[in-house]
Amino acid sequence: MPKPFTPKVVTANALLEGDVIYQTTAGWSRDLKDAEILTDEAHADLRMIEASAQVDLVVGVYLADVSLDGDTPRPTHFREDFRATGPSNYAHGKQEHI
Amino acid sequence: MYSYTEFDHAFLAERNAQFRGQVERRIDGSLTEDEFKPLRLMNGLYLQLHAYMLRVAIPYGTLNSRQMEKLAEISERWDKGYGHFTTRQNIQYNWPQLRDVPDMLDALAEVNLHAIQTSGNTIRNVTADHFAGAAADEVADPRPVAELIRQWSTDHPEFQFLPRKFKVAVTGDTADRAVIKAHDIGLRIVKRGEEIGYEVIVGGGLGRTPMIGKVLYEFVSQEDLLPTLEAIVSVYNLLGRRDNKYKARIKITVHENGIEDIRQRVNERYALIRPQFTGVDQQMLARIEADFAAPEFKSADQTPYLNAYDQDPLFRSWADTNLTAHRNPEYAIVSISLKAHGKTPGDATGRQMRLMAALAKRYGHDELRISHEQNVILPHVHRGDLPSVYYALKAEGLGTANIGLISDIIACPGMDYCALATARSIPIAQEIATRFDELKLEHDVGPLKIKISGCINACGHHHVGHIGILGLDRAGVENYQITLGGDGTEDATIGERAGPGFSADEIIPAVERLVLAYLDLRNDPAETFLQTYRRLGLAPFKAALYPQVAGKESRANAA
Repeated sequence: MPKPFTPKVVTANALLEGDVIYQTTAGWSRDLKDAEILTDEAHADLRMIEASAQVDLVVGVYLADVSLDGDTPRPTHFREDFRATGPSNYAHGKQEHI
Repeated sequence: MYSYTEFDHAFLAERNAQFRGQVERRIDGSLTEDEFKPLRLMNGLYLQLHAYMLRVAIPYGTLNSRQMEKLAEISERWDKGYGHFTTRQNIQYNWPQLRDVPDMLDALAEVNLHAIQTSGNTIRNVTADHFAGAAADEVADPRPVAELIRQWSTDHPEFQFLPRKFKVAVTGDTADRAVIKAHDIGLRIVKRGEEIGYEVIVGGGLGRTPMIGKVLYEFVSQEDLLPTLEAIVSVYNLLGRRDNKYKARIKITVHENGIEDIRQRVNERYALIRPQFTGVDQQMLARIEADFAAPEFKSADQTPYLNAYDQDPLFRSWADTNLTAHRNPEYAIVSISLKAHGKTPGDATGRQMRLMAALAKRYGHDELRISHEQNVILPHVHRGDLPSVYYALKAEGLGTANIGLISDIIACPGMDYCALATARSIPIAQEIATRFDELKLEHDVGPLKIKISGCINACGHHHVGHIGILGLDRAGVENYQITLGGDGTEDATIGERAGPGFSADEIIPAVERLVLAYLDLRNDPAETFLQTYRRLGLAPFKAALYPQVAGKESRANAA
């Protein structure tokens, strides 16, 4: 039996600010909870290609694993957790706005 | 302090204008990220975990007050009001926006600073002993030759695409405070009779494969130094491995080919290029040396110092811990700790930078240094002025008396900022410092260098920490490995791995066990952690780190 596909989101950094961003169904968001959750491998690859083509908006596009808390995506790795919040020594980055 | 010539100003202005154009073309879509990345890296601009990061060189760690004020201004105008001083005498801004970077570089150029070659496979910022020109026992000030090397290596056409990055460090003292044996090239100023020359060490480095550098030449005369360096880098440029990033540093080239073979090749190359060096570099060096003439030291009343030392135990503790002997007995070298307990190692706010600049101007002959241990130095302070300096520092959170102690920790940015990191470093440093402050033990423990890296690349120099901590990702969880007995001085030693790693929760108690074990094991309070380790070896420290394993072994032996 094939290995089940781990849900993913497309993530990158914004070209101008460098902020961590997530692809939504309509564009990009700085908030992981807005991200489009990709549960199908072929669709994920397609969305990744579409995101990578936006060279004047984003840098370093990749697919990140998430787990689902209802409909809300949560990071599965601590690196993605830090990207979604900000550094632990100052309340800078995304946590500034929470 | 080196003063820029018209040529220097014009070169920097042209280079900044060129990068401004490249940024504009990236933003308007004419350049792809693949095309832009090498260009931004050559100008010190990284894309990190949460934002861009601009790495600015502080050549051989020397700043004047105007430069420090400008670093403060940049932190407040284009960043979040602070900067991070690194183990390579750079300052990093963690939150710049792409559009602002050309303006930041122009602001830096106003005070003769730049970010050129702070990244990429080039010769990086040349570092030096942070006590240069002030240390009591120095052979000669290493900064003039470091400046000559900066000029020679900046935009050197042959060395813009080396197999890998290339780092040079210089010391002018027998005591090595610049970790020269862990650099691609380490230089030590030595005397042969009355003649000044250089011991040339190659192939040192930390990272994935730590190596202590090997002596290539015991003595190279001043006029032969640049051609020798050019021959070394040239040989490496051709011989260094470009097929494997992890084998591309000169330490591997030296290891694979052997020092004799490298020496032979460098000799051949040297013979070929030596005639091209007609002595112009020596004229330049003479001009640079004049710029670094020692300040006019004053003679004044030392009573304020003696009074404060007698009357204020906090001042006394700071003076005993943070001062170093100066070549002029009326003066002291002040190390300002950027390691307040619980704060981020190496960070200074704009306000703190301004204060340090003001103190340098008023009491320190307008000189500041950044040490590779992420502290700031006022190299020339008259003893009579020390109380004024201390009380001003203390009021801004800069009066911590912990230089060389357990809370004076080197820590790389780790996964809080760095895109390469595999675990966090900063919180571990903060927690260790806080814990030992609670225990009120650090002055009893004495000299102890903890160095923390958040990945195998070892920017936090963990291999040469008396206690080294390496953060790794083990199956999606942060895990910390301990190495013991490392040393970054003239007796350079790579630390020994103690055993299995610890989780983030376990690492602080593990370090505590280690330090308490040392207090039990030392012969007397004068025997340092490193001396005790060298006398006894790994075993008793390992037993303290892994008490369950030690318990099992002793039960098995008894049975």
